[in-house]
Amino acid sequence: MAASINTLRLRQPSVIPGFGLALGLTLTYLLLIVLIPIGALIMRSSALGWSDFLKLVLDPRVVASLKTSFGCSLLAAAVNIVFGPLLAWVLVRYRFPGRTIVDAMIDLPFALPTAVAGIALTTLYAPNEWFGPVLEKVGIKIAFAPAGIVVALVFIGLPFVVRTVQPVLADLENELEEAAATLGANRLQTVLHVILPPLVPAILTGFALALARAIGEYGSVIFIAGNLPFVSEIAPLLIVVRLEEFNYAAATGIATVMLVISFAMLLIINLLQAWSRRRLGYGG
Amino acid sequence: MRILLIALALGFFALFVFLPLVVVFVEALQQGIAGFIAAIVEPDVLSAVRLTLIAAAISVAANLVVGVAAAWAIAKFDFVGKSLLITLIDLPFSVSPVVAGLVYVLLFGAQGYFGSFLQAHGITIVFALPGIVLATIFVTFPFVARELIPLMQAQGRGDEEAALSLGASGFKTFVLVTLPNVKWALLYGVLLCNARAMGEFGAVAVVSGKIRGQTNTMPLQVEILYNEYAFTAAFAVASMLALLALVTLALKTFLEWRFDDEIRASNGH
Repeated sequence: MAASINTLRLRQPSVIPGFGLALGLTLTYLLLIVLIPIGALIMRSSALGWSDFLKLVLDPRVVASLKTSFGCSLLAAAVNIVFGPLLAWVLVRYRFPGRTIVDAMIDLPFALPTAVAGIALTTLYAPNEWFGPVLEKVGIKIAFAPAGIVVALVFIGLPFVVRTVQPVLADLENELEEAAATLGANRLQTVLHVILPPLVPAILTGFALALARAIGEYGSVIFIAGNLPFVSEIAPLLIVVRLEEFNYAAATGIATVMLVISFAMLLIINLLQAWSRRRLGYGG
Repeated sequence: MRILLIALALGFFALFVFLPLVVVFVEALQQGIAGFIAAIVEPDVLSAVRLTLIAAAISVAANLVVGVAAAWAIAKFDFVGKSLLITLIDLPFSVSPVVAGLVYVLLFGAQGYFGSFLQAHGITIVFALPGIVLATIFVTFPFVARELIPLMQAQGRGDEEAALSLGASGFKTFVLVTLPNVKWALLYGVLLCNARAMGEFGAVAVVSGKIRGQTNTMPLQVEILYNEYAFTAAFAVASMLALLALVTLALKTFLEWRFDDEIRASNGH
């Protein structure tokens, strides 16, 4: 009886005060800052009507920009799930001079403003700048090409992968590897069959987090990309371009697609995190 | 094998993380200390610094208050829809900064839903400080709340219930019991929130209008100088932001090292 009444209540009774004030403030703020503005975007977009919306979104330049954003983000996340776990491994398992500093600086892409990262990477790879002459000699073009976008997105995504894999790796017991070695497994077999499997959920979560961030990234990319329509123009930049032309309908259309992609990524990340929690007891 | 792996990992780290940082400081000092200082004391740059400090101060303060309130409601009470609320608080992290800026233009811009109303009453939000603050608040909203929520959930309600049963008022309990329990995590969240607030580019670029000396924040000033081929000046302003990032990382590392237990529940990138 008492239990059934409790389940009907929206909130469990508590002696602690301030629930109404705290939740009220949070909900009001959330509504005003996040939900109503996002609602305005969706309303604006639905006011376009299906046929106009599809026409805007299926515009070749928009499709090309979405392909560039997606392709470069996937490639960058792929690079990061190779080097991210490697960095996590080296930081967790080995002791070498400067390890603490490297470990702390893994978060630099989180802390460094994206515009600063953007101009620094551009200067590093642009012709006649730091690596420019060398790259030119071997015939590789990085700055002002899609490769530049990938470089910027690798920078932005790296900490997501390292920081999701690192705690799982740190808690992995040495005994398992020793047992595998005792039972006659060689180092490669141990890595593939003992160390890697428990890391898979964390690596996938890191991949999804890096991908989600990369798709929406703007500041670090626009300097190095060259921003050539149909070649190296990312979707967030095209929103800005349309906005500067006062073409609000087109900007809204692209932004709505980006928003739907964000929601889908958020769902995938939540599912991945729930999966890794179930498998290993880590939040990721 | 070990040496090879370390070399490979460090090589990648140096190329993608360390060198870009080095570039910022080397380029900023390209024309010596005098050139660096001359670039910084430009009136447009000083006004950008001022605007960045004001916008960050307002945004961080607002997100601090609401972040604490959200964590209090979520950690100390059980109610329907809690996990949905946590997801919604995290939402701004998954939205592209450009989209975050755009939504405010659609609401408050000249063509926006409230555009004509605001114009009639002489209020400007977009292309002015309020718009910059709103966009900054949007992108930095989750930082404080997401540091506090897991920690306060892990700490439970026992301390507060004890204080209340001994006769302390709700406010007194909060100030004397809850706050000391979470102070380092709170500082940690504020630190990250502030770094992002001062460095935000995409969202602010969309709402600022980039009026020199008026609505340019430091990251926007970096962009403008860079696009004008004033590279040394661009990197001089950028180096101040890079310094802020380094200080943030140093403090963050110190807090993690010294008060690991008191912020641990919050380490969830």
